[in-house]
Amino acid sequence: MTYIDRTGLWLIATAAILVAGAFVLPHWLTFILTLALAKALVVQGVVVQMRAGLVSFGQGLFFCVGGYAIGLGGNLLGIHDAFALLALGLVASVGLAAVIGLLMTRYRDIFFAMLSLALSMILFGVLVKSQTLGSTDGFNVHGVSYLGVTFDGANQKIAVYILTVVVSCACALFLYRSQHAGIGRVCEAIRENEIRVEYLGLSPRWILYAQYLVAAAVSALGGGLTALATGHIDPEMAFWTTSGEFVFIALLGGTMHVAAPFVAAVLFAFVRTYAIEFTPHTWQMILGLVLLGIIIFLPKGLWSLVSRNRRVKA
Amino acid sequence: MNVGALPPARMRRLTDMTTFYAILMDGMIYASWLFLVAAGLTVIYGVMRILNMAHGSFYAIGAYSAASLVGWYFSSNGEANPYWSYAILVGCALLAGLVVGFVIEQGLLRFMYKRNELLMVIVTYALLLILEDATKLVFGVDPYFTYQPYSLLGRSMIGELAFANYDLALVGASVVVGGLCWFVLNRTHTGKVLRAVIHDREIAVAMGVNVRLMFAGTFIVGTTLGALAGALTAPSISVSPGIGVEVIVLAFAVVVVGGLGSIEGAVVGALLVGLTRSMAVHLAPEIELFVIYGVMSLVLAVRPQGLFGRTVARKI
Repeated sequence: MTYIDRTGLWLIATAAILVAGAFVLPHWLTFILTLALAKALVVQGVVVQMRAGLVSFGQGLFFCVGGYAIGLGGNLLGIHDAFALLALGLVASVGLAAVIGLLMTRYRDIFFAMLSLALSMILFGVLVKSQTLGSTDGFNVHGVSYLGVTFDGANQKIAVYILTVVVSCACALFLYRSQHAGIGRVCEAIRENEIRVEYLGLSPRWILYAQYLVAAAVSALGGGLTALATGHIDPEMAFWTTSGEFVFIALLGGTMHVAAPFVAAVLFAFVRTYAIEFTPHTWQMILGLVLLGIIIFLPKGLWSLVSRNRRVKA
Repeated sequence: MNVGALPPARMRRLTDMTTFYAILMDGMIYASWLFLVAAGLTVIYGVMRILNMAHGSFYAIGAYSAASLVGWYFSSNGEANPYWSYAILVGCALLAGLVVGFVIEQGLLRFMYKRNELLMVIVTYALLLILEDATKLVFGVDPYFTYQPYSLLGRSMIGELAFANYDLALVGASVVVGGLCWFVLNRTHTGKVLRAVIHDREIAVAMGVNVRLMFAGTFIVGTTLGALAGALTAPSISVSPGIGVEVIVLAFAVVVVGGLGSIEGAVVGALLVGLTRSMAVHLAPEIELFVIYGVMSLVLAVRPQGLFGRTVARKI
């Protein structure tokens, strides 16, 4: 697969339309889309691991590292370029994942879920208690430039939006390719029967390690873009309920297609915006009921609706 | 964070020996609270293999129902014997746990027993989301304070340190709960059958054990234990939205350290986490939160199945 196939073209076309939308759509809409796409990147991280049978209840760890890299890079290191900051978050996150991945890849099932949760809660605990890192309030991110250009208020939001769309598209293409390459196929085999994969002469552990690093990388990008878009970071990014939300969106979309997390995240963002406005106290209850519904009726996520129809037509 | 529930260090600048006793006592009190919270979780996992994320919500439901009923008791009849409030606390927890446990087990979980463990985590996560809002709808979002049962017992001095008698009674309560769990599991017929189910579910069914009944019973008992922990904690905290979410990860830490599904493990886990946290509170307060999950990660790294857990052979 050395060429970009139909799905790739679709992804690029959608990204192009979304970029063009920056100049047409109202600001509140592009803002919601920015946050949703950034969140979807973290969800991609969850999905990458889910394909291999691992559920991470602590993806907020890398989301948070990516976000804090933006804030700390600006405040402590004096880096103000958005690309450099994102790269900083990426490097920090992958570096961290490279170390704890050695530990994490020894665990499966609920132990993986619990340990990932514990690790993100450790970061939460550290951040909440350290004054220099902003404690519970976190801190603001400001004065970010884009390749030397600084934007004011509204234009800054548009710049972040376009950056998010471009980064999302690039990640999507990369993940799509890797999903259909050898390593992606093997992940499904690992989920079905890890020991037999071992018998085939492959090392599930190192494959999962690679996937863990990829997940950390995209999650950090998601965290970084969220920090750029909202201009604020706080320890809540590493709290386990944040990670729970990522798992929710991952299940909502399903793991069948690379676009599913994006669609699910956007859907989630819109439903939440309206639900919080109309029924502020039953929002979580709706989430819970939808989650149960998905588990019972659509175990492969919303995307199975689309693909099932397509098969009938063909 | 108010999950500590119990007043931490006082009198920091005393002699080393006093600090030592303070660490020990605070640690024991915190550990017994942790055990109360974690007992239901480990019972449910041990028998049913469900890592119940909604356990924190059961805790919250127990706390809310106890706080509101005890509050009503004291406000409606001023001359009534205040000691009855303890009966109300416990009664509330039992009732709330029974009802909630029965409804959830019969209405939802029994249709899902064939699913894998990981999916059940997500199912109970959905339950947690639903129960969080259900609690808000029923009890409102304003905090409840029921200090009466806490202050009624007064304080006592142990050496140079003052402790609330209620906290000391909590230690007793956790010993009773732990002892009862151990007794039922190891010294009764039901316990023997339960252990058979824990050991091998399929063989137990083949031997004529009504596993569904055992599951239903276990879930209700687990729920009730969670609600009881909440009800007993209610007098020493302000009962407000979010207490369940904070408690659940602590309970996870305790049972994971001890080994999922093991009562002895929960005791040891609670002691380990409780004493470590109390040491952190007294000696290095800034790492208080960190240290709990630090212990959990450390134990998982060395012994993934927990201190008392069994290793399971890999099946092809």
